[in-house]
Amino acid sequence: MKKFFTTMVAGAFAAVSGVSAAVADPVKVGFVYLTNPGDHGWTYAHEVARLDVNKHFGDKVETTYVENVPEGPDAARVIRELARQGNEIIFTTSFGYMDPTLKVSKEFPDVKFEHITGYKRSGNMATGNIRFYEGRYVQGVVAGMMTKSNKIGYLASFPIPEVIQGINAFALGMRSVNPDAEMSIIWVNSWYDPVKEADAAKVHIAEGADILAQHTDSPAMLQTAEKAGVHGFGQSSDMKAFAPKAQLFSSVNNWAPYYISKIEQLMDGSWSTGDGPDHWAGNTWLGMADDYLVLTEFENMPADVKAAAEAAEGKIKGGFNIFTGPYSDNQGTVILKAGEAYHDGNLWNDMNYYVEGVNGKIPG
Amino acid sequence: MEQLILTVILTSVPLIFAASGELIAERSGVLNLGVEGMMLMGAVSAFAIAMGTGSPILGMFAGAFAGALTAGIFAFFALGLATNQVATGLALTIFGTGLSGLIGAPLVGHAIDGLPQIHIPLLADIPILGMLLFQHDIMVYLAVIMVGLCAWVLNATRVGLIIRAVGDNHDSAHALGYSVLGVRLLAVMFGGMMAGLGGAYLPLVLTPHWAEGMTAGRGWIALALVVFASWRPWRVLGGALVFGGITIMQLAGQARGWTIPSQFLSMLPYLATIIVLVLIARNREFALANSPACLGRIFHAGK
Repeated sequence: MKKFFTTMVAGAFAAVSGVSAAVADPVKVGFVYLTNPGDHGWTYAHEVARLDVNKHFGDKVETTYVENVPEGPDAARVIRELARQGNEIIFTTSFGYMDPTLKVSKEFPDVKFEHITGYKRSGNMATGNIRFYEGRYVQGVVAGMMTKSNKIGYLASFPIPEVIQGINAFALGMRSVNPDAEMSIIWVNSWYDPVKEADAAKVHIAEGADILAQHTDSPAMLQTAEKAGVHGFGQSSDMKAFAPKAQLFSSVNNWAPYYISKIEQLMDGSWSTGDGPDHWAGNTWLGMADDYLVLTEFENMPADVKAAAEAAEGKIKGGFNIFTGPYSDNQGTVILKAGEAYHDGNLWNDMNYYVEGVNGKIPG
Repeated sequence: MEQLILTVILTSVPLIFAASGELIAERSGVLNLGVEGMMLMGAVSAFAIAMGTGSPILGMFAGAFAGALTAGIFAFFALGLATNQVATGLALTIFGTGLSGLIGAPLVGHAIDGLPQIHIPLLADIPILGMLLFQHDIMVYLAVIMVGLCAWVLNATRVGLIIRAVGDNHDSAHALGYSVLGVRLLAVMFGGMMAGLGGAYLPLVLTPHWAEGMTAGRGWIALALVVFASWRPWRVLGGALVFGGITIMQLAGQARGWTIPSQFLSMLPYLATIIVLVLIARNREFALANSPACLGRIFHAGK
């Protein structure tokens, strides 16, 4: 009984003196995952970064994640629960969590929210993203030099700005080294459907493509390429184990520096939704120069292609803006004249076309 | 073109297995909506055993076994405890998806060689036809054999007559002295085995790796296919090729720059199924001919 009483008192004391206790307590960090780390793609990359956060901060942070959270209104319930459990900063890791995160951010003004790949922000909600398209420009350079049939097959998920940016960056890289090469796009209408991705890859190969690229999450495309003796690029995480002879390189999403810097800002009180790059307040959008996007080793390619790939990577890290004129869309309309270039805002608002070298039309 | 046809054949194989297994279960009067879960259990077991032993053939058997075992769980509840079949089947899908993910967690990130293709001597060398028909892995041939077996057993044997009797009127079958629950248990286990084989085809041939939820809804298409085929085995085979053909056609159409929206072509298999359902509902004779009258109904021996 006495012991019980002491515990009660200690508990009450801890509750009252919450402020002083917080100094010793770890910072609680919450994550919301779209699928589960077993996808070996998008969510897997977030999980790797979460483990890096644990390693980096040790017992100074306590991370929690909730997996398989559907996008849409139901996500608000999960996010709210994480906020209620005392998480001080919550990362919601998919585009579809945008509105739910915004809603919960207003209910919990003392909690910081970081939404991945969206564009809506509030006083305590910032956004974060990776410049995925930078890696795709390098892929385009390699594909343009490697292809013999001048046909590149590309698997796309959904026609949203991020995916269109990737297609166009790829095509600009490809056309910078090979004006005859053409890309055809197959929309799989899914982020993750291994069999359909493999089927689409087979169709591309049957239609004559000898280089494949993907904006979908599974390694199925590369496995198909390996079997058919053609080449391709991996997505989100290193997929070399699935296609040692076919993978030219993978663009790997490295969320750890973003998570770590945001948690550090929270700890030292400097976290804000203040100015981000390029007049986009509250937005973290970095790429290869800051190691947010990492390219794996260039393999299965001749030395001159490798050199060109390294040069393109170096150029982008040095600040080269991929979306610099002159270029036209695939209908022949001039988009940018020589000397003109896109700002970040243009990338999200104005890119509703395919550039030259891409066949077909954007669906929808 | 022949490459595309080849792709259609391969992508149809999981559907052929899963749907013809479900067809037998449904002909015995049991609606098991857990096909997706059973396929995933088959897929993860097949991959684990194929990776562990280095033998995709053993993987195939493991997939069949795991599928049957998962179906056994359904049978325990739906037949043994007479629970609602629809709810139990849905629960089985959720259960199978979760358990396969748990079992498969350490397998993520590995790849295997998969089942080899078998070149049938002489026949495989026929131009085009040889490539389309006689250069497949063993499971393609097995799928066709199983469909033939299902059709033969259902239509031409005493066992098939008993299965159909149980599915059409379980009270009469019971009165005649047949063990309704025993027949249904075997039919459900057979359905599970076939779903397991269909699931196993994914990590053994189509995409030789394991990833959680890799069937991505094929179990549900298999269920639709049974209705589309109006409970006739050979129509399952034809329907699977049609469904697969539409899938590949919409992908190829995009690569060739056709102007038909891919979303429209994506919905065609489901549209076809709905049309068949409407036809069945409107044509009573057609419905009575094949649809099991006791489908989904709980059997109580005492009544």
